[in-house]
Amino acid sequence: MIRQAFAVFSKDLASELRTRYAINALLMFVIVTLAVIMFALAGESMSPGALTGMLWVVMFFASMSGLSRSFVAEEERGTTMTLQLLATPTAVYLGKLIFNLVLVIVLNLFIIALFLLTMDQFVVNQFGLFWLVMLLGSLGIASATTIIAAIIARANTKGTLFPVLSFPVLLPLLMAGINATKIAVEDVRWDAVWPDLQLLGSYIVVITTVSFLLFDFVWKD
Amino acid sequence: MRVVAEHVSKKFNRRPVFKDLSFTVEPGEVFGITGRNGSGKSTLLRIVGGLLSPSGGSLRYSSGGSDVKPELLHRQIGYVAPYLTLYEEFSAQENIALYARIRGLAFTSRDAQALLERVGLPLDRKDPIRAFSSGMKQRMRLVFAILHQPPLLLLDEPISNLDAQGMSTVYGIVADFRARGTVIIATNDAEDIARCDRTISVEAA
Repeated sequence: MIRQAFAVFSKDLASELRTRYAINALLMFVIVTLAVIMFALAGESMSPGALTGMLWVVMFFASMSGLSRSFVAEEERGTTMTLQLLATPTAVYLGKLIFNLVLVIVLNLFIIALFLLTMDQFVVNQFGLFWLVMLLGSLGIASATTIIAAIIARANTKGTLFPVLSFPVLLPLLMAGINATKIAVEDVRWDAVWPDLQLLGSYIVVITTVSFLLFDFVWKD
Repeated sequence: MRVVAEHVSKKFNRRPVFKDLSFTVEPGEVFGITGRNGSGKSTLLRIVGGLLSPSGGSLRYSSGGSDVKPELLHRQIGYVAPYLTLYEEFSAQENIALYARIRGLAFTSRDAQALLERVGLPLDRKDPIRAFSSGMKQRMRLVFAILHQPPLLLLDEPISNLDAQGMSTVYGIVADFRARGTVIIATNDAEDIARCDRTISVEAA
């Protein structure tokens, strides 16, 4: 099953590198959004806490513009049935989850690098904690959006449904993630961030487990 | 493989497509599903292939005396249909390598070439299969279906878009599979029907 999942992942990766469906859209989205933020903030000073919120807003909407591609692309190309005939539902879900995880980690690294380069007031004091929160946030976003992408792939209004369904599901992750990142930026002690890290960890476990259980029903007609 | 369908029915929303279909397909048999356009031949084939759930009734599969688990059915079937889309951004060789990798088969480029030769596709085409003609795409679907040598071959309008040589390739594959497996064909074509041992009409249901 793991080997099958990695084969599905490598297929998606090769397809993405060849077609550049999601990558181009995501990079353009991030660059345009950060440019708009920079123009809007020209000369204004913002608290690190507000900038942290803005970082998560960019990460959330960037994910919304690209992560649904994993399943929507199969549906639009008409290859869903081909994949159903090739692999078990669990292998398909795991393969797509790994692909989305790689995509969201690369995307978030790009966003953070641009954010650190362009926002002088955004200074991270606890880098270890910051990267841990970013990793957990990426895991949570990938896990939640993969199952939502599978659910909305067959709907007529995919583009609208994806963020609408994702927002309430991702809300606990966003709240804990923003809070924990704020703590990493403002150099508060590690024990203050512990409840948020617990919430992020539990969120990932619950969403991933539920997704594996649900996917069979979502994938088959 | 033995396929037993008992009182199978299908509705889309509230519209019934067919109801109370029962049949048994034995190993070594070529079984035909016939009926006019829109009568539900493809729907029934998709249900047999485990790609669609029936609204009522049940299907059982057994191979070598033991039942086949529904979650492992995809390993036991090969499926050809005009609506089956392959990964068109990849070349024929890349598609074969992809199917083999996902199915966990050890497949060399020589095996891939033998398969392409078997269905009459050129060995030197390196371009994505989106550039293929509709007949060549249909031959690629045959490759997709027979690559893992499944015991159950499901063919939906298998000779559509094929020339005379392609048709004889399909019938050659059907003859091969009859010797060591089961073939179910959904068709209205007289030549296809002539190759079936038995047929069932979904119109009657």
